Amino acid sequence: MQETLETVPFSCVVNGEPVTLAVSPRATLLDALRDKLELTGSKYGCGEGECGACTVLLNGKPVNACLVLALECSGTDILTIEGLRENGNLHPLQQAFVDHGAIQCGFCSPGMIMAAYALLESNPTPTKQQIERSLEGNLCRCTGYRKIVDAVQSLADGVTSHA
Amino acid sequence: MPDSTIDLPTKRAAKKSLIGQRIPKLDAPEKATGLARYLEDIKLPRMLYGKILFADRPHARIVDIDTSAAKKIRGVRAVLTAADIKLVPFGFGQDNTALKAERVTCIRDEVAAVAADSPEIAALAIRRIRVTYEDLPLVTSPEQAMADGAPVIHEKTQDNIPFRYDYEHGDIEKGIQESDAIVEDTFDLQRMAHCCLGTSGIIADFDAQGSLTLHSLTQVPFQYKHDIAPIVGVPPQKIRVIQPPIGGGFGSKLDIHPFEPICVFLARATARPVRLTFTRQEEFLATPTRQPMAIHMKSGAKKDGTLTFRDVRMTLDNGGRTSWGATTPWIMMRTFSSLYRVPHVRQHADVVYTNNIYACAFRGYGNPQATFALESQIELLAHKLGHDPLEMRLKNAHDSRETTAQGMFLRTCGLKECLRASADKAGWNEKRNPVPGKPVASPGEAQRVPWPSEAPPCDAPKSEGCHGQAERRPEEPTTSEGCHGQAKRRPEEPTTSKGWHGQAKRRHEEPTTSKGWHGQAKRRHEEPTTSDGWHGPTNRLVRGLGMASLFHVGGGAKIYRSDGCGTMLQIDDFGTVTVMTGASEIGQGSDAVIAQIVAEELGLPLKNIRIVNNDTDVTPWDVGVHASRTTFIAGNSALRAAREARRKLIEAAAAKLQRKPEELDLSDGNVIERATGQPVESLGKIIRGIHFGAKNALVMTSEYYEPPSSPPDKKDRGDISGAYAFGTHVAEVEVDLDTGLVKVLKICAAHDVGRVINQLGIEGQIEGGIAQGLGYGLTEDIQVDAGRVLNPSFTDYKLITTRDLPEMEFTFVETRDPAGPHGAKGFGESPLIPVAAAVANAVYNATGVRITELPLTPERVLQKLQEAQV
Repeated sequence: MQETLETVPFSCVVNGEPVTLAVSPRATLLDALRDKLELTGSKYGCGEGECGACTVLLNGKPVNACLVLALECSGTDILTIEGLRENGNLHPLQQAFVDHGAIQCGFCSPGMIMAAYALLESNPTPTKQQIERSLEGNLCRCTGYRKIVDAVQSLADGVTSHA
Repeated sequence: MPDSTIDLPTKRAAKKSLIGQRIPKLDAPEKATGLARYLEDIKLPRMLYGKILFADRPHARIVDIDTSAAKKIRGVRAVLTAADIKLVPFGFGQDNTALKAERVTCIRDEVAAVAADSPEIAALAIRRIRVTYEDLPLVTSPEQAMADGAPVIHEKTQDNIPFRYDYEHGDIEKGIQESDAIVEDTFDLQRMAHCCLGTSGIIADFDAQGSLTLHSLTQVPFQYKHDIAPIVGVPPQKIRVIQPPIGGGFGSKLDIHPFEPICVFLARATARPVRLTFTRQEEFLATPTRQPMAIHMKSGAKKDGTLTFRDVRMTLDNGGRTSWGATTPWIMMRTFSSLYRVPHVRQHADVVYTNNIYACAFRGYGNPQATFALESQIELLAHKLGHDPLEMRLKNAHDSRETTAQGMFLRTCGLKECLRASADKAGWNEKRNPVPGKPVASPGEAQRVPWPSEAPPCDAPKSEGCHGQAERRPEEPTTSEGCHGQAKRRPEEPTTSKGWHGQAKRRHEEPTTSKGWHGQAKRRHEEPTTSDGWHGPTNRLVRGLGMASLFHVGGGAKIYRSDGCGTMLQIDDFGTVTVMTGASEIGQGSDAVIAQIVAEELGLPLKNIRIVNNDTDVTPWDVGVHASRTTFIAGNSALRAAREARRKLIEAAAAKLQRKPEELDLSDGNVIERATGQPVESLGKIIRGIHFGAKNALVMTSEYYEPPSSPPDKKDRGDISGAYAFGTHVAEVEVDLDTGLVKVLKICAAHDVGRVINQLGIEGQIEGGIAQGLGYGLTEDIQVDAGRVLNPSFTDYKLITTRDLPEMEFTFVETRDPAGPHGAKGFGESPLIPVAAAVANAVYNATGVRITELPLTPERVLQKLQEAQV
């Protein structure tokens, strides 16, 4: 067990901006985002890839940031929940989560939204079953998921506001 | 002041009530964008990181703790053991201390703690602490704890039974004599973990004058401040509790947990702010659960279906320490006595120390356990007497304006409406098997064949019965819809959806399967497989319908001398209303409900309302978030404060306009003429007129609302809540006789909510409650062996996911409770309570097999089916 943890530099693109960071070899992508870049929207829920609260897009693909070593992300393109807003406006998917009541305690919401975003990027018109399958890896303890699925479905249906 | 600065609409629009609308939570945009600052996101200057060493021995004497190696690590700022702090007993049983001095009585007992420059250093230091233990004889079950000569777990409780609860009305012997049918069972209920997505944590921060600020996740900030003061040796007047957004509560934050004073001790020892947060494993191991218990119940009924008696003996596994959870029999007895009319009821509960982990409050507060036992027996009695269980429940249901045998006055009771509505929506008469386990054959539905048999290969999935199976094979197209879905995922297909406006620049060529890193191993508990790799459809799928009702407090519970809530309200010159409420927001949506109530009263748009609800230096006193009390009590408090502000505004307007107050009303930011609805003056002018006119006053009001409830008498009778909630769920299930898999197809829920204030919020509560209830009924079980937790992770503790959701249909019965704000009752806990009972009753209806344990895992169901030779 190392007592002094040396850091190693690496570069990547986060939310469209190139960044260079120095992290411990053991640091996860989630550690790097939260502690180094202060992008605290991605949440620690379990640290073992079971809850999905830390879901971000790594080269367009949804990953649990707690399972990816930060140094593996050298040269990659990362999108976090903070990167969804444009010009200070909520992304339509974020707005749909708000309008549909898909958010209660909100702790799962950033990961849930990123997982849904990844789905819609790859398949803009998913069926309800496809939405349910895609979000299966994201746990929510408050909402019972129905309003989350409704929110995602509303975009698939071309409805951006339901309030 | 120019009018343009006033954020008030001046155009007259038709007055539309906000009550009953679909209103998103006020903090939802912060949470949707990742901008909400949860506890784990807060970093104070010079903040240190705390970590705790847990005993990892269920019962042992602490011989020695060697912290020397830990203290030598660079970056370690404090290492504490019980020897370093003043030990003050706390908790409902006064049997807990922040750190343990001589003995540990469960694996989660806190033995030492560290504050360091980083979480990594703190974790390293914890690993370097050496504790020498001498193991003591282990008590792993209440039976063992109550046996003669059992090891004593806490010296002051020689019999290992720290609490007993007795309740009685009528005469059980008489009830037995009056009965034509009697059933008797023992129900075995498991531990359930809260699994708040945000783990536990706290920040402790002393200022130069020794005042303590706690950034805490507590659900009960005022009680918390009062209770933590003596433990940490800071007077309550020098403690400020700030509540950041929390990642779920569900009752878990009702207690003071040892990690909280520990963090204060670390902050004091280092003179720096300290944040202490749990890992998920620590969360599973070192936070309390729902009470595990055995409920022995005997009940009877007359030939005509009238209930005669109910005799209950319960044994609760209290674990090694006592939390609020030890008081759940106090709520459970109310369901036994008052869910239905029963003339003779007796309850005895023993709360027993063991060396297991301990339990605390969890949504429903013992009531899901009580309801499971009670409603299972209603079904059995109905079957024995040949009655329709619905009719039998209706026959014994209370009515409005009735006082129950335990002295609870039901100003309103919509139970009969709930029973009928849920049954109608579920197709009770058409779909239910009149005889449990004897499904009515109908075309297209699966038929039963005798056990055992070879499972035939899958037939074409044309029947409804096969639909669920098909869903479990994502890799194969199953329906036409499913096929299209697959095809549409192909990357070369144009993605010109009208609905999805994703940022094209970030699109990636690689098609995501959307599985990716997610969701592996999620379904292991529930999908036993056959040799061909999955439990292929057989014709041995059977369906059934089951029903369960609930009774719960819907307006607080008077356990303290006051069950009230304070509100302070002020309106600024710009028409912004700041509502300072004692009511905590734990994700349940009290912010939106309170804003709606205030906006409605003042005729202002919702965006003019700000809710301040998270700082004990600012907000007035409240008991806390529990007992489904916030909408009812905080809502009433806010309503009255707003009404008083409204009175002031209308009086000022009347004086200015030389009209009678009763001729005027407030709507859409204006003073209007009641008769015509025409605006006569902008509200902004009235507000500023009060401020800068002759009166020189501000529009500020305050209210302390105390519900019309009373503490129970010595026999535990009394009207303890401001309102009472009722509801009924009907579950439709499909049971695979070859695998034991229970699939819940549909839940039809009807609830007496008094009145819906926020349609969106109440749906969210019911959907979330059903999901938690399904977890309790089907998958969730903290397994403890020899005092040790076997499954402390989401890998091995299975929560319901998007894939497990049944169809749901809701009915809100609006009984308009005369004491509720706009007639509303509290609702937070209700929807979870009857779910497991309804599902188990449906399994009984489908298979004829009564299962008296939870959860209904395939393994358990299969075993019971085999025992019953189904």
